[in-house]
Amino acid sequence: MAALQELVNHYNHWIAVFLMVAGLYVVVARGNMVKKLVGLSLFQTSVYLIYLTPGKIIGGTAPILSDEFTVYSNPLPHVLILTAIVVGIATIALGLALVVRINEAFGSIEEDEIFEKDVEA
Amino acid sequence: MVLLTLMAIVTIGVVRLRNLFAVVILGGIYSFLMASVMIMLDAVDVAMTEASVGAGISTVLMLGTLYLTKMEETRPAHTPLLPLFVAVVTAGGLIYGTIDLPPFGDAAGIIHQHVAPHYLQNSIVETSVPNVVTSVLASYRGFDTLGETVVIFTAGIAVLLLLKGRRPASEPDSNAAKARSRRRRPKA
Repeated sequence: MAALQELVNHYNHWIAVFLMVAGLYVVVARGNMVKKLVGLSLFQTSVYLIYLTPGKIIGGTAPILSDEFTVYSNPLPHVLILTAIVVGIATIALGLALVVRINEAFGSIEEDEIFEKDVEA
Repeated sequence: MVLLTLMAIVTIGVVRLRNLFAVVILGGIYSFLMASVMIMLDAVDVAMTEASVGAGISTVLMLGTLYLTKMEETRPAHTPLLPLFVAVVTAGGLIYGTIDLPPFGDAAGIIHQHVAPHYLQNSIVETSVPNVVTSVLASYRGFDTLGETVVIFTAGIAVLLLLKGRRPASEPDSNAAKARSRRRRPKA
């Protein structure tokens, strides 16, 4: 019973940890640059989950003030994560533009092939 | 909980698949699931942003890049043992850290004791905006949001500069790239 309670209390955190290390693994282990960027965005979104989870109050509602409600979830993580999402898409877009240019210069988006061609050149 | 489990399954798909098109589409599905989880966590503004930016724009940008590059990923030359080891050790450390975190949905958590009640109580009086997320983002922390827009603007300029110097040999491609850059500008 205690173990079940622990699972309910920390399920969000554990899934966020899983998403985070999955993103980390993709970034480190895969040589394909588009795949690396997908891994990077997995990593970023897991952080959103970690931030938003403690802001929730059970029985609370979204932080839009109204006479009908008294308990609101914490608005501050929402503000932080709104900023994080927008900055995240900026970095992803920049990374993808770099990938397009690298593909033009080397004819490949695989890390190993690019290193080989770089040594030749 | 069901949504979170689905997200974990989609993530396994993203890690295992080699067809990049499928990976990008799964990324879109993942973002929609994330947006649904955010609604469950009462973060409605964030959910809307995630659905439009995460599932919409980033999927479009990724597909545009795939169009300009390649669809298939080659088999990795190295064994994935070392990264796997790093990932597992990191996961172990992080899960050890989560044990001390306050339980989910607890109104007595530290996060709810500090400045958050001030914003919730005084938002109407000080800014007359009922949506507290909006009032913090645009009024209390307006300068930070301005700084954020500068970041987006800089990234937009950098993307334009990178894609502008492309060779004219692939004319339709560079048109597509320009269209992509133009589309992401108004997001700032």
